[in-house]
Amino acid sequence: MKLTVLIAALGVLLASFAAPAGAGQTHVAVAANFTEPAKEIAALFNQKTGHEAVLTFGASGAFFTQITHGAPFEVFLSADSERPKAAVDGGFALADSLFTYAIGKLVLWSRVIDVTDGEAALKAGQFQKLSIANPVAAPYGTAAVEAMKALGVYDALQPKIVQGNSIAQAFQFVDTRNAEVGFVALSQLYGVTAGTRWEVPQTLYSPIRQDAVLLKTGADNEASKAFLDFLKGPEARAIIERFGYALN
Amino acid sequence: MLGLPSDIWVPIQLTIELAAITTLSLLVVATPLAWWLARSRAAWKEGVAAIVSLPIVLPPTVLGFYLLILLGPDGPGGAIASLWGARTLAFTFTGLVIGSIVSSMPFVVQPIRNAFAAIGDRPLEVAATLRASPRRAFWTVALPLASPGLLTGAVLGFAHTVGEFGVVLMIGGNIPGRTRVMSTAIFDFVETMRWRDANMLAGGMVVFAFAVILSMILLEKRIARARA
Amino acid sequence: MSDGETIRAAFKGMLGKFSLDAGFTAPAKGVTALFGPSGCGKTTVLRCIAGLLRLPDGLCVVGGEVWQDRDGAFLPTHKRPLGYVFQEASLFAHLSVRRNLMFGAPRDEAGAGKGKIAFDEVVELLGVTALLDRAPGKLSGGERQRVAIGRALLSQPKLLLMDEPLSALDRATKDEILPFLERLRDRLSLPIVYITHAIAEVERLADQIVLMDKGRVIGAGPLDELQSDPALPLAIARDAAVTLDGVIEAHDSGYGLLTLSVRGGSLIVPAPRAATGEHRRIRVIAGDVSLAREPPGQSSILNVLPARIVSATPVEADEIIAVLALGADGSGARLISRLTRKSWDALGLAEGMSVHAQVKAVALAPGRGELG
Repeated sequence: MKLTVLIAALGVLLASFAAPAGAGQTHVAVAANFTEPAKEIAALFNQKTGHEAVLTFGASGAFFTQITHGAPFEVFLSADSERPKAAVDGGFALADSLFTYAIGKLVLWSRVIDVTDGEAALKAGQFQKLSIANPVAAPYGTAAVEAMKALGVYDALQPKIVQGNSIAQAFQFVDTRNAEVGFVALSQLYGVTAGTRWEVPQTLYSPIRQDAVLLKTGADNEASKAFLDFLKGPEARAIIERFGYALN
Repeated sequence: MLGLPSDIWVPIQLTIELAAITTLSLLVVATPLAWWLARSRAAWKEGVAAIVSLPIVLPPTVLGFYLLILLGPDGPGGAIASLWGARTLAFTFTGLVIGSIVSSMPFVVQPIRNAFAAIGDRPLEVAATLRASPRRAFWTVALPLASPGLLTGAVLGFAHTVGEFGVVLMIGGNIPGRTRVMSTAIFDFVETMRWRDANMLAGGMVVFAFAVILSMILLEKRIARARA
Repeated sequence: MSDGETIRAAFKGMLGKFSLDAGFTAPAKGVTALFGPSGCGKTTVLRCIAGLLRLPDGLCVVGGEVWQDRDGAFLPTHKRPLGYVFQEASLFAHLSVRRNLMFGAPRDEAGAGKGKIAFDEVVELLGVTALLDRAPGKLSGGERQRVAIGRALLSQPKLLLMDEPLSALDRATKDEILPFLERLRDRLSLPIVYITHAIAEVERLADQIVLMDKGRVIGAGPLDELQSDPALPLAIARDAAVTLDGVIEAHDSGYGLLTLSVRGGSLIVPAPRAATGEHRRIRVIAGDVSLAREPPGQSSILNVLPARIVSATPVEADEIIAVLALGADGSGARLISRLTRKSWDALGLAEGMSVHAQVKAVALAPGRGELG
């Protein structure tokens, strides 16, 4: 009798170590462009709820491949809307958790010429190279092409286009002044004072929706669900907006 | 060409051109460097050797970044490009050649240096006693004796350039017909899920590289046997 | 001798822990052997003469031409008209024998001149005709060395340097090549500096010898003089011998004997027929020379030569090295005789005394000693 009680008590004790009640942990895959806001949001999240969000940053495409091969992420913050949808379609994520957590803003940026009136600058074409992210690989690239077509400058500018394989690389081309102008994400210009910029009117391109989704692996994790809820909340939204994203 | 659509055979052609020009340029640049490394008694020569080997250790992103700066308007590349009215050597085939030369250099210098070192002093002393000036001794004795090493260096340099992805990605700009080589083209095909094209290109790449390397190895063995 | 007729070399310096201070003057013709134990510095001196090693304190004047002096003049190796044969043939692996031979040959016909060493002559002299189109890797050690010698000769050198060219070869191959070297010496008027640690090679080839030990020159001069100098290690070695230059006077075909005339006397030697007037080297081993106060009566010894005792040096506990000069007046070539102290005392021998030196003809037959 006493032995049974002892074993039961031991079991409860061990169980409590395995799943500490209250303070949880969740593994979040975060698109590289959302790195800085994600860190701030996670810190605030920890402060407010006591849960810890363990963040991993990288390319959305790579994350998608890993997730479909069993990587232990529980929440996925993508740079686009296709990958989360594909995750849901593939049975790796919960459909009703899908939502747009940020909308990317496309910006024309230059450290060499004045692009404050971006439309005029593009039409004048007084530059040798224009940098964009590879449309095949990044939504910002697709958006850049859309915007240029909408402005009717795409055909004239096409010979001058150079592609970075990611938005980060497109940024690098402009930052090192190898390309005089380039289409980058507004969030990348957070804290950057050099050069001139032109926020591309959102009417010229389809919105760059960055979607988040709860993965099957995190379906029963309170911390995962709490994180996504926090992301939708007012404090997180304020941070997101401050970093240069639009909100739904 | 060969009935293949242009978005497949143009990258192939570009890749072969890039690898060939890079390899030849490397032989010209690496050979004197390897000779110096093999023969010099300067205290700082291993420091130079370490610098030459850096591209093996550095991630392509780091290498690509420094190359971007070097090739760009703030670096020597920009100065050179301004000679013909351009601002930068990035996004040009020339820029790719330079980038490939830097990243493949250690693979070419090392085998050539070893080959020169393996010759030792004796053949060159013999040449000197037979009225050969140091220059003549280099061309008629050292170089022929080291030729298997040069061949190895050429093979490795060529293969490495064909497979080079990181650096090309960083400084190329993926311009069709100019800097979209096989590696970046395959990347695109994978991203757009054109698996068949990706496989064709990748498979062709493997076969070609294999053929080149195998024939060079056999040639090298032939030379060694003839001299045994 | 005037400058144009000599080779002058002197080098001084430290190489690691090894101290070199060696100098000598040799005639600009014939074979000068550089002889001494391993590690005595012979190769170092040769490399300095060749310019392969540069010691700042060095002097090298060859036939009047300054190759190096102490004021900083230094002719680089490739500008010195020399030939160098290394211990291992070191043929160029990427060239055929023919191309190896021609590597150092002057390009233009004008570069040649009188006394030019001709390709055909060299090929015949060294017996490499059959090897011309082969690759060096397919030759035997002896063949490679012969090609190496030919290659050095075809660069039209004014001085030939040879660094132990035979020591990497086996006994049979050595025996095969030595005659080639002798022909080289006899046919070409080219001074040769020849390094060896084998006294037998010296005896067969050298006219002059430079003795070295521990980085110093301990003796230099004509071969027979140094061989018979009791102050030098040659004379007191157990296999000590003197090499004399003899001229064939007569031949006894009935008994297969040659009479050789040497300075101060004649020697009878068992040997096949040969032409009179021909030169022949003859090696007389100290242990084969015995002494008598009177010409012996009925004795089988064919060679009994009047001589005078020049000096006597005790060696070991109970032996004496006696240096003799041939001829009744003691003015001829030197011989050494090794005998027991007992015999010396018993005969009452003394320096300056006239004696008869006895050497059995059989002791002088070819085949005696290391090379024969």
